[in-house]
Amino acid sequence: MSKQPELMHNPTLTEEAAAALSRAGFSRRAFLFGTGALVVSFSMHGALETAAAQQNLFAGGTAGSPPLNELDSWIAIGADGAVTAYTGKSELGQGISTAQIQLVAEELCVPFERVKLIYSDTALTPDQGITSGSQSHPTNFNEKNLALAGATAREALIELASMRLGVAKDELVAMDGAVRGKSDASKKVSYGELVGGKKFELKLDPNAKRKPASEWTVLGTPARRPDLPAVVTGQFEFVHNVRLPGMLHGRVVRPPAVGAKVMSVDESSVQGIPGVVKVVVKNDFVGVVAEKPWQAIQAANKLKVNWSAGTGMPSHADFYNYLRTQQPVRDTLLVNSKDVDEKLGRAATVVKATYYYPNQMHGSMGTSCAVADVQGEKATLYSPTQGVWPVRNSTAILLGLKPENVHVIFKRGSGCYGLNAADTVTYDAALLSQAVGKPVRVQLSRKDEMAWGENYGFAFVMDERAGLDAQGNIIAWDHESWSANKGNRPGYTRPGNVITGELAGFAPEPFEARSPAPEPRAYTNNSNGVPSYVTGTVAGKAEGSGKVKAERSLTHNIPSPLFTAPLRSPARLQNTFAHESFMDELAARAKADPVEFRLRHLSDERLIAVVKAAAELANWETRPSPKQQTRRTGVVSGRGFSCVAYEGENGWAAMVADVEVNQDNGKVTVKRIFFSNDSGPISNPDGLRNQIEGGALQGMSRALGEEVTWDNEKVTSVDWQTYHSLPLGIEVPEFKVKLINRPDERATGAGETSITIVAAAIANAIFDATGARIRQAPFTSQRVKAALSESLSKA
Amino acid sequence: MDVDPTTPLLYVLSDDLALNGPKFGCGLGQCGACTVIMKGEAIRSCITPVKSVEGAEITTLEGIGTTEKLHPLQQAFIEEQAAQCGFCVNGVIMTAKAFLDKNPKASDQEIQQALSGVLCRCFTHVRMMRAIYRVRDGHGKEVAREAAAK
Repeated sequence: MSKQPELMHNPTLTEEAAAALSRAGFSRRAFLFGTGALVVSFSMHGALETAAAQQNLFAGGTAGSPPLNELDSWIAIGADGAVTAYTGKSELGQGISTAQIQLVAEELCVPFERVKLIYSDTALTPDQGITSGSQSHPTNFNEKNLALAGATAREALIELASMRLGVAKDELVAMDGAVRGKSDASKKVSYGELVGGKKFELKLDPNAKRKPASEWTVLGTPARRPDLPAVVTGQFEFVHNVRLPGMLHGRVVRPPAVGAKVMSVDESSVQGIPGVVKVVVKNDFVGVVAEKPWQAIQAANKLKVNWSAGTGMPSHADFYNYLRTQQPVRDTLLVNSKDVDEKLGRAATVVKATYYYPNQMHGSMGTSCAVADVQGEKATLYSPTQGVWPVRNSTAILLGLKPENVHVIFKRGSGCYGLNAADTVTYDAALLSQAVGKPVRVQLSRKDEMAWGENYGFAFVMDERAGLDAQGNIIAWDHESWSANKGNRPGYTRPGNVITGELAGFAPEPFEARSPAPEPRAYTNNSNGVPSYVTGTVAGKAEGSGKVKAERSLTHNIPSPLFTAPLRSPARLQNTFAHESFMDELAARAKADPVEFRLRHLSDERLIAVVKAAAELANWETRPSPKQQTRRTGVVSGRGFSCVAYEGENGWAAMVADVEVNQDNGKVTVKRIFFSNDSGPISNPDGLRNQIEGGALQGMSRALGEEVTWDNEKVTSVDWQTYHSLPLGIEVPEFKVKLINRPDERATGAGETSITIVAAAIANAIFDATGARIRQAPFTSQRVKAALSESLSKA
Repeated sequence: MDVDPTTPLLYVLSDDLALNGPKFGCGLGQCGACTVIMKGEAIRSCITPVKSVEGAEITTLEGIGTTEKLHPLQQAFIEEQAAQCGFCVNGVIMTAKAFLDKNPKASDQEIQQALSGVLCRCFTHVRMMRAIYRVRDGHGKEVAREAAAK
């Protein structure tokens, strides 16, 4: 019989989880198939699976995690028939909890309201790594994990009912929380009667059949988010609202300059401030703990710390040149047909352009917050992290505890869009709590969030080079990029990958130089470093989405002076800005319509379909860009196109942006967005629309105004006046969205498609309106005016 | 209540009074997350010392409606599914409420202006603005109905 899942032994349920389980009449210690024939019957499923298949399907999961291949890790059915589902994919605001409830309700044939979803608690939920990278939909909605658990449970319930009712399985159907006879509805038994709060003790069955999309009644329909009533009435408990008995408040004191070290700390400087409990110093990590938040803030402001000089920052103004010129580098080739230079040499026209994309911030609306309760050898952390299991292990390293003694409970933070300061503030709270042996809540200041908390999105310089033949067809494409990294997500083992870990004495993952790049051995376009219009041929196999055969994509990485990590569509957005802007430049050079020119070079049917859908939605007028304008002053309008096969095969999207450009002051206003999206089968159409709208506008804000700045020693983007986010009161563009539903395809990502293509669509629209090409983001008024002047001087 | 009079109102609300509605976003009055209503005005509680509001009636998000009896704005936000992470919702609804209470027939542009100092980093702008316009339009209809009744 299968090993009992670890979670069954763990007494530390969250109150919410315990209450949900108790309401459902479910005891985590009760067993369904404890003895008897049923055990044998169900153990047969496990015996039929080969070890290899198991490994392949269910790889992953930290020691201590409920096993990913056990049904009880995912689904429990209470005596009252209520369903509790467990998942490692968290609700960050993206709506995935609603879709996961739909999934479980669908597969188990119960109403949406009967499913309680518990996510990301190391005492309860399986380790599914990080909730990120547009991976929740593909991970849990295809033939594995949560989806497979639902299917396995339904089949198990039918099998149990068959035995109970004495009716053959194929004469039974699951419906509304019960199994009943297809022809004799009086033969009926409820899930509660069948399972009665006991465990299944089954492996996930790789052969369990998912319900086909044609039979869906819950999935595929717009479901409302169950959390919103609490959110809009101020009842929802964010991590910021966790209040433990005896909880103290911590505040960190960060260095004044990058690389500065603690020389000495004068604890007497905070003597006499009411409520101060302790000054905590660990290497270069400094913080204070007080009874109340305002006391902690005042103490942190008054604490005298003697810091060494920092290590200095490269010039912000010259940073793109810095990226290009530093040695050593780490080089990677994604594709290399080795004939690019030769083809370019024979081209009728060679076009070159360089694009620039800055470091940007996650810039969460609320500063990051965590609550830690470290008592002796044990720790409980309430964290907004994207990965409770990785944070469990990395915090254990940070605190010198055993991972099994660290319990991490996810609590929603302010939207993160990648690795904001969630992990670092979890470490802050953990270090301070360990020092005082009491629960400590830490919420960062706005400045610490922005300048000393988060890992920034990557800055990129991108060279594009292509050759056109006499007919204006692309015959070769060369992409070369430079970017810088420091740290990353901490994962299970690297607390030094974020600032608090480094300050506390842990190193970020080391930089490993490698040049020249080895030849690619397998095709991947995870970073979208390969443009959509080339064949993507590696080892003789063309896996890209385009037709251009002569291709090269080479990236150079260098160490970054600032911490970096994934920010929504990391590298994919930057590369796509370059590719899709350059494609527009090539179309203009060929005097071709930008949509027609794209279609001419594409082979991927799904990408072609979204391109056509967006053009149709926008009533795209076939003509080359720029628009024939005579006005060189005042407001002019234009349209721009852009598209992507996200990560090569994790979502397809295309859009048209209609913009107005004020040629007098350089202000760009996006008037309309026409968007088409294909993420495979649509789980929650309204949730998907919300993601597309939000991603597109976030992309617009990043394209028009967002850039991290610094002086010669520190980041100077420290608040919303020095880092520019478009406020709610803007004129919001009119949106038209076409969702392409592909119920028979695999579920793909949906959270990052839209943001990826916005910058290029806007830049292309600016060109269409004015004839001026803007190649550096963000497209501030000054940069647009400069591009207009340059365009005028050339004309 | 015994608190340091220089303490910003927000800390008193969220720590001493354990309210979840008003939130710390920036501590600088730049984002709106901490907004509460005092004497009909939306104020930023993160930069308002508690001594300056002594004796005043403060309304928070919790005070305008409950899940059983929602305020029209709260209702509209649910109808439009106008949230992602939900952290900014307090500032958006409270700012919109204070403005619409005084300007029930405000134009779209006037509402935009009223929200020009409020951030949503998930960029749920499309739905939030639609929800607010929807309530404004409802107000308009109520006014029309009342006028017709007279």
